[in-house]
Amino acid sequence: MRDWLILLALALAASALPLAGDNYLMRLGTIVAMYAVLAQSWNFIGGLAGYPSFATAAFFGLGAYTSAVLLAHGAPTGFAWGAAGLMATLFAALIGGAILHLRGHYFAIASLAVGEVMREIVNTTPDLTGGGMGMNLPVPKLSIAASAQLFYFAMLGLAALTTAVAIIVQRGKLGFGLRCIQQNEDAANILGVNAYGYKTAAFCLSAVFSGIAGAIYASWVHYIEPPDVFDILLAVKPLVMVLLGGLGTVFGPIIGAALLITFEEVVWRSFLTIHAAMLGLIIVLLVLFMPNGLLALVRSWLERRRKEGKA
Amino acid sequence: MIYLQVLANGLVLGGLYAAIAVGFSLVWGVLNVINLLHGSFIVLGSYVAFFGYAYFGIHPFISAAIAGLLLFALGYAVQAGLVNRVIAAPVLITLTLTFGLDLILNNAMLLVFSADYRKVNLASPLGSLELGPIFLPGDRVAAMVLAFLLTALLYRLLRDSRIGRAIIAVRMDREAAALMGVNVSRINAITFGLGACMAGAAGALLSIIYPISPLNSSLFLGKAFVVCVLGGLGSVPGAMVGGVALGLIESFGAYWFGPEHAVTLSFGLLLVLLFVRPSGILGKRGYE
Repeated sequence: MRDWLILLALALAASALPLAGDNYLMRLGTIVAMYAVLAQSWNFIGGLAGYPSFATAAFFGLGAYTSAVLLAHGAPTGFAWGAAGLMATLFAALIGGAILHLRGHYFAIASLAVGEVMREIVNTTPDLTGGGMGMNLPVPKLSIAASAQLFYFAMLGLAALTTAVAIIVQRGKLGFGLRCIQQNEDAANILGVNAYGYKTAAFCLSAVFSGIAGAIYASWVHYIEPPDVFDILLAVKPLVMVLLGGLGTVFGPIIGAALLITFEEVVWRSFLTIHAAMLGLIIVLLVLFMPNGLLALVRSWLERRRKEGKA
Repeated sequence: MIYLQVLANGLVLGGLYAAIAVGFSLVWGVLNVINLLHGSFIVLGSYVAFFGYAYFGIHPFISAAIAGLLLFALGYAVQAGLVNRVIAAPVLITLTLTFGLDLILNNAMLLVFSADYRKVNLASPLGSLELGPIFLPGDRVAAMVLAFLLTALLYRLLRDSRIGRAIIAVRMDREAAALMGVNVSRINAITFGLGACMAGAAGALLSIIYPISPLNSSLFLGKAFVVCVLGGLGSVPGAMVGGVALGLIESFGAYWFGPEHAVTLSFGLLLVLLFVRPSGILGKRGYE
């Protein structure tokens, strides 16, 4: 119950952002919501099942291109976004069947290669996707403020939906099974957890929302190209956000997304030439000194206070 | 007859790929760390060769030794100071750490060297070799021979030296090696240093063939991945076989399907191989 209340409060607070009437803030909010979706998605496979997936960029790009191609052929927007999610899910089920039996580094490399292959396929099919030239998307006939609001609420809604699914999964049998797999996959298998089915389910969950996020992103920026939507950073940043917030938690990914994007914005503005190094520095410090994330840090601090209060 | 030429090109390419990958494979096999810094280490080696030639007139083949030594020191420091702290953590943690370090190193190189593509233009190139119907640029062949020599050297080092045997012992069983008196964290650092050393030396050799830029690091890293999976992880002969296999595949693939599909081909192959035979062509346990 508490998780649902927090989610409701967060969603309501975020819905108030347009009242500020600042288009820059709206843009930033849309990006945070988008990364919250991606981080939350990655958490299903990476945080719960413990499989270091780098396929997020592949799902995102596949969703973006599916939707873009459909829109270019005159499909309605809502249909194109839904189809993008479906396409990403089918793709995950297919690819998952091939690579989810790999463990550790091998899985990481295979999921990384999936994204690279997707990028190259798009690059070499110019008839359908425009290849390296990229694709232009139809611009909606809306005022700038109205379209900014539309995409903000679309991303926000998707983030809320993803989080709701995360709450349900984490409470349910699926989440429990995935945690078992993370702890000891062989033992989970012996105890009757259908490890293969569970992993595939988690992989598909991590694909569907990433695919839709890619589709919304494509409509939002009106122009996509392979290096943009298959960017390896789209696979790495969600992972860093989850590490930052807290691996396998419900709200860790959202906290991580908000913090990292805010930090990036500040760094971008002040140190343009070294922003990549700054991101690297955060990653290094995070891994070395706070591998369990902020939520764990806060939790242990609260617990210590409680104990001191009793004593 | 054209096939002989394609074959020869593939072999030359393959020798260089083996040298690119062998250090990466060593670190992965012994430390169970995927070193995402490897590509940037190679580029750094290329820069050592470039500036060595531009300012001091040192031939890149000689600066390969200098680059190897410098990169060994850097690799040793990185492992001893940073990676060793989380060496026992799950895969995700070490992978993320080296990714972060790579962002820093690559950004630093962009700042210092800029993204401009540079190339070592030798004042006295070796000309071209003519073997019947096959033409080969002499410098490339020399670089390939040196790359093979370097790889063979690493192989002898691992087989014959005390440190080499200790590295293999750690690779086979970390706990048992520690009980036998091997200083595991020191061996870790030396192994990482050796991986970086091979990267630096390979980078110096590559400087006369490929354009040099920090942007190339992910290209080299991708090749190292494919070679490792192709040949089998953590063995010098595996990296050799994988490198030559990738060289031949790319060479023939480019001839049959066109060069624009070379990357798709190699990564597609990687996926298929991971599916059917994750241990690689020569895959077996124990680093020889």
